[in-house]
Amino acid sequence: MPIPVSIPTPLRPLTENLDTVEVEGATISQLLASLDKRYPGIGERLLDAQGNLRRFVNIYVNGEDVRFLQDKETPVKPGDEVSIVPAIAGG
Amino acid sequence: MGKEFFSYLKCRECGRQYPKKAVHVCEYDFGPLEADYNYEQIRHSISRKLIESRPHHMWRYRELLPIDGDPTVGLQTGFTPLVKADRLAKALGVRELYVKNDAFNYPTLSFKDRVVSVALSRAKELGFNIVACASTGNLANSVAAQAAGAGLKSYVLIPADLEQSKVLNSLVYGTNVIGIHGAYDQVNRLCSEIAGKYGWGFVNVNLRPYYAEGSKTMAFEIAEQLGWRAPRHTVAPMASGSLLTKITKGYQEAIKVGLIDEQPFSIHGAQAAGCGPITAAFKAGTDLIRPVPKPKTIAKSLAIGTPADGYYAVHAIRSSGGGSEDATDEEIIEGIRLLAETEGIFAETAGGVTVACAKKLIATGKIPANESAVLCITGHGLKTAEAVAPHLPAPRLINPSLREFDALIANETAVHAAAV
Repeated sequence: MPIPVSIPTPLRPLTENLDTVEVEGATISQLLASLDKRYPGIGERLLDAQGNLRRFVNIYVNGEDVRFLQDKETPVKPGDEVSIVPAIAGG
Repeated sequence: MGKEFFSYLKCRECGRQYPKKAVHVCEYDFGPLEADYNYEQIRHSISRKLIESRPHHMWRYRELLPIDGDPTVGLQTGFTPLVKADRLAKALGVRELYVKNDAFNYPTLSFKDRVVSVALSRAKELGFNIVACASTGNLANSVAAQAAGAGLKSYVLIPADLEQSKVLNSLVYGTNVIGIHGAYDQVNRLCSEIAGKYGWGFVNVNLRPYYAEGSKTMAFEIAEQLGWRAPRHTVAPMASGSLLTKITKGYQEAIKVGLIDEQPFSIHGAQAAGCGPITAAFKAGTDLIRPVPKPKTIAKSLAIGTPADGYYAVHAIRSSGGGSEDATDEEIIEGIRLLAETEGIFAETAGGVTVACAKKLIATGKIPANESAVLCITGHGLKTAEAVAPHLPAPRLINPSLREFDALIANETAVHAAAV
């Protein structure tokens, strides 16, 4: 079953301006792979050359930063809320 | 100034270059943008002697600041006292100690006057008529005052529960103060949306690459005031982590352009225990900053739960061989009182944090007792008086009578004698 992923404004030009995209996957890693397959190019904006989540990209599962869960291997299931949010500089 | 020293903005993560506009985030990987300079040109254009011949304000280091023309805001800002703090050194148990006293900054008594001077000078170059900020108080005060002085309209957005004096010190300048029901991080998030929608010059959002550079002047001044050398140890308070990161950059640049010799220096961080995500990451040996959703500390100016420069601050501390500590509310008050009673300097709560953390850094040997250190005091105590007030004794009241005064003093001597 597909899981909705919310897309931040700066990346919407890559997703035909959709703010939410439904993709298949059992982990964050798989969701991102499906996302990149459908919208080529979005993967490299989120992951660096080593395949790690970029430092100023945050991905939340049900409000918790995946860095404090199991990072890219964080499991996801239908009903979970997944959002991609760029870090906000300030202060 | 005919020569161009400030080249472009550059992503700290991927190095992509951006034009010198009101942009602050890399479009590609969302990394923060930072000012980059032509250091070779600067090296050939400035010298200690030239800087020493200039007026005593922060723009004496103008070649290393990100504007194109002559500065228009902050011509009285900076060059605050570097106080040799012998009595505090004795109390903390370290050989040599200095206080860089930005409680005496112009015009609003905090280090934020430095960053706002740069941000507004640049805002004017970029043609903004309205400037704004997200603030824990000090920044709001400085934006309000300096925008008024520069003839710019301003909006300052602050958490609704700030200290009364910090609110008043913005209101008096005729700015638009907007209190937000929420923590600083929520104010910041809102400001980033407003900046995108209204096109105002937010000093710490879309003008942040310019603004942040102003903090370097604190390091340049410390080095110059020490006779052109970097102190072995510098202790700086951390909210977003920007000040500490830029002090580090300041010393590095001073070496790079030949103002000071290559020398080891350690940078230490100070946070409040009720909001210490950077210190926590440092102590855990990681560079992952776990946000503090509900900061709880009397040091409200440091209450940033999601520090934008936390990652860079942890690295600056670690790679310089520094340490990072945090201080409880009680220790913060003790720190404020110790600084006031030993040196006659009244610092705001963030200053109490710095003193309290320095005490721990010295006690644990992170700052060895036989070395020298500079403590960065970033704001004036009158701004957070309400935090200290309950901990101070009330004045003793008597009638205008010599007999009553004699009795009061006699009593005191008796107490003193008894104590001896």
